[in-house]
Amino acid sequence: MEINALYYLIPAMFMFACGVYGFITRRNMIAMLISLELMLNGVDMNFVVFNRFLYPGQLEGMFFTLFAIAIAAAETALAIAIVVNVYRANNDIDVRDINKLKF
Amino acid sequence: METSAILILAIPLLMFLFLGLAGKYLPHKWAGILGTAGMGVTMILAYTVAFTYFFSGAPEFISATGDRLQHVVFNQEWLNFYDKLTINIGFLLDPISAMMLVVITTISFMVHLYSNGYMRDHHGVWETGFQRFYAFLSLFSFSMLGLVVATNIFQMYIFWELVGASSYLLIGFYYTKPSAVAASKKAFIVTRFADLGFLVGILLLSFNTGFFSFTEMTSVPVEGVADTYQINLGTAEGIKNIFANSAASTFMGASVLTWALVLIFMGGMGKSAMMPLHIWLPDAMEGPTPVSALIHAATMVVAGVFLVARLFPLYVLNEAALDIVTVVGAVTALYAAMVACAQIDIKRVLAFSTISQIAFMMVSLGVTRLGHETALGHEVHEGLGYMASMFHLFTHAMFKALLFLGAGALIHAIGSNDYTAMHGLRKYMPVTHITFLVGCLAIAGIIPFAGFFSKDEILTACFGHSAVWAIWMTLVAGLTAFYMFRLYFLIFWWKEHKTPEGHHAPHDQPWTMTLPLIILAVISCVAGFVPFGKLVTWNGHEIAGSNLANLNWNVAAISLVVAVCGILVAMKMYKKENPLPEKMRNALPNLWDWCHHRFYWDELYQFITHKIIFGCICKPIAWFDRHIIDGTMDAFASITNKASYAIRGLQSGNVHMYVWIYLVGAILLAAISMIVIL
Amino acid sequence: METLGSKIAYAVIVLVIIACSVLAVTSRKILRAATYLLFALFATAAVYFQLDYEFLGGVQIAVYAGGIVVLVVFAILLTTHPGDNSERLKSRSRVLGLIAGLATFGLGAFSLLSRCSDLSHSIPAGGNPDMHTIGSKMLSSGFDGYLLPFEAISVLLLACIIGGIVVARKR
Repeated sequence: MEINALYYLIPAMFMFACGVYGFITRRNMIAMLISLELMLNGVDMNFVVFNRFLYPGQLEGMFFTLFAIAIAAAETALAIAIVVNVYRANNDIDVRDINKLKF
Repeated sequence: METSAILILAIPLLMFLFLGLAGKYLPHKWAGILGTAGMGVTMILAYTVAFTYFFSGAPEFISATGDRLQHVVFNQEWLNFYDKLTINIGFLLDPISAMMLVVITTISFMVHLYSNGYMRDHHGVWETGFQRFYAFLSLFSFSMLGLVVATNIFQMYIFWELVGASSYLLIGFYYTKPSAVAASKKAFIVTRFADLGFLVGILLLSFNTGFFSFTEMTSVPVEGVADTYQINLGTAEGIKNIFANSAASTFMGASVLTWALVLIFMGGMGKSAMMPLHIWLPDAMEGPTPVSALIHAATMVVAGVFLVARLFPLYVLNEAALDIVTVVGAVTALYAAMVACAQIDIKRVLAFSTISQIAFMMVSLGVTRLGHETALGHEVHEGLGYMASMFHLFTHAMFKALLFLGAGALIHAIGSNDYTAMHGLRKYMPVTHITFLVGCLAIAGIIPFAGFFSKDEILTACFGHSAVWAIWMTLVAGLTAFYMFRLYFLIFWWKEHKTPEGHHAPHDQPWTMTLPLIILAVISCVAGFVPFGKLVTWNGHEIAGSNLANLNWNVAAISLVVAVCGILVAMKMYKKENPLPEKMRNALPNLWDWCHHRFYWDELYQFITHKIIFGCICKPIAWFDRHIIDGTMDAFASITNKASYAIRGLQSGNVHMYVWIYLVGAILLAAISMIVIL
Repeated sequence: METLGSKIAYAVIVLVIIACSVLAVTSRKILRAATYLLFALFATAAVYFQLDYEFLGGVQIAVYAGGIVVLVVFAILLTTHPGDNSERLKSRSRVLGLIAGLATFGLGAFSLLSRCSDLSHSIPAGGNPDMHTIGSKMLSSGFDGYLLPFEAISVLLLACIIGGIVVARKR
């Protein structure tokens, strides 16, 4: 059994699908954030694997992942700031209670 | 010379900028003194320049054979579009521009001085915007000086528009008064309409010849002297040939050169208030009276005459254009004189008299032909009409400014523009009375006052050209004497003055107002003896002999008799209160009504603009704009609005809903793209 | 050519990824979910190491595991009361979630398998870029350099810092 690209891509896909499931079913905003991180991680892994297996001499996928990680960090920091703020306002971080942003 | 020339233009401009920007922070008194002093310096410089030009005898001003030359003092490139289209700003010194420098600066200085007294009430309280008034006066002086010294027709056009703009600003000086606002708009629109013709004329002329410069159009350079030119008919004939040889040499039966000259004359008609573009000038009297004296009597309104005189070598070769000038001038002269006989507002009388006198100048230019003619047995000097026109421009500026400033003194003392409120003022305001009488005698053409000589030259030139116009203009001269003395007697005689309850008796005004009156009256007495024939002629050849010696006594006798008749009739009718005017008015009610309502020209314009132009053209356009163009845009807006209202329920605020919609959409897109790819 | 050891390591990593992913989205205790996420991230880092991207694996551990998860844990501690469990899922939403997850997975897996032939060769030689290459590429403004995105990211991070302060500060 040779380990080829699919052997990494299918687990990454699975990770992504888990993220989708969690993002839909969870009500807690932080739990949703966790699911989001999972999805992002699955995608990152895709870039790296494609880069390594298909274009071994180049580094585009790796750099893309590097930047994606940095952006994910920034995004999480902001998201958590918002969550904390929502908690302060509502004393709760259930996403069903946050429905003021509508027409 | 060059420094003086630059300063003549720069001082009024700087004064405008300074008073306009910093005037608010100056005391009223100092703004007035500063403006007057600036104009005084300009006047002295202008006198120096004109004196040097006329009397120094330097080779750049007068040729060896005694002809006066055109000298370009400086000519700076100002706009360079490409190598064939450059526009210069310069300073051209020749007989007419030197003469105009003297006229403009003299009248402007008098008006600056006079306004120090006029622009405040009896208790010495200054008018609102006093500093602004001086700033605008300076702007006007700058523009007018730039106009007369223009070296090329485009510079003239620029300053032409600038005088129009400053005239607009000064007519609308009392901008809280609706009538003043309406008058300023009317003046602006009418003259702008005329300037459209001027611009087209400039373009026709310059496109075909390739010249902007006056010296290139009408003169040849003088050998051995830099920047100096001599008027030469050969150059003008060359231009005529250029037009004759060009492909489209005629249009609607007239040559393109004729069209160009007539269109340029149209600009002059607008500025000089010739029929049918005269309607703005009577209304322009809404401005302060010193402004009327400066702009709407002495200087700006003669710009049209100056324009024709400037291009005279081109006009003189073109009979058709000159005939149009003559006809327009003659008709306007009679019309304005008739209307002036039936006005109540003294400034309106003076306004129509101005129109009539400018028409005299136009006619005088129009009847000038080359070659020798005879008038009633005496030979007429070649180009006499041109000289007479310029002479009349000069004398008219002096006595008409005098009359306007006198009228301003009366209005200031009485507080009304109508002679019905005046009557019998001769004992109360002796200085104003005497100076006004001098002005009236001058305009009526009584020897030896200034108007006699210039008007006599004009009539001589008319007799030399055609008897019909000569008799016509003599009639108008008689009417002039009549309506001016009607005005004089109604103001100063008719019946004893009754001061209304609670008012002071009218009295002469402070020295700032009476001094200009006296100076101008003295000038009006002696200006007729200025040997104009030696100074200002169309080609620089002098006309020998003094004015008195050159008088054609046959013509002079006719014009004197007619003028005296006009005065006597006016005296009979108006010196003492009597029912004669009322009887005459009732005898000819229609004539009186037509004259009083200015032959209903304003109503005609009102009808054309409102009923025909607004009703038939503007309204459909407005409808199209409002319903088709705006309608399309409104439809876009309302469709967007309605659509967003319809779908706004999707914005539920429920995050999971969004997630679902997004997810389903993403999966569907992915599925579709996969089906397409695989 | 893999050794048996690397195959075993691969199996362990994949098992950890799958198990931790599932547990991270199903655990009812939020703090545990965060912990499972941490392990999933570690496993991802291990994948990077295995593919010879040591620098990337290091960044993954330092930033994701060390930074983000710590932030998340702090947030959980700030917003959750001890003993709070999330309510049990209704079967309907669980089924819907499962359908969505499976649809995603199925679609992705199908597309991958349909390109099986392109992807089924073994790992080529020559990964493992050295630190010098990464550093010079990152700071090069040339044709294949990444200076511009690098700068953009730094500005973005600054904006995030300011934004985070503004959003979370007490009024």
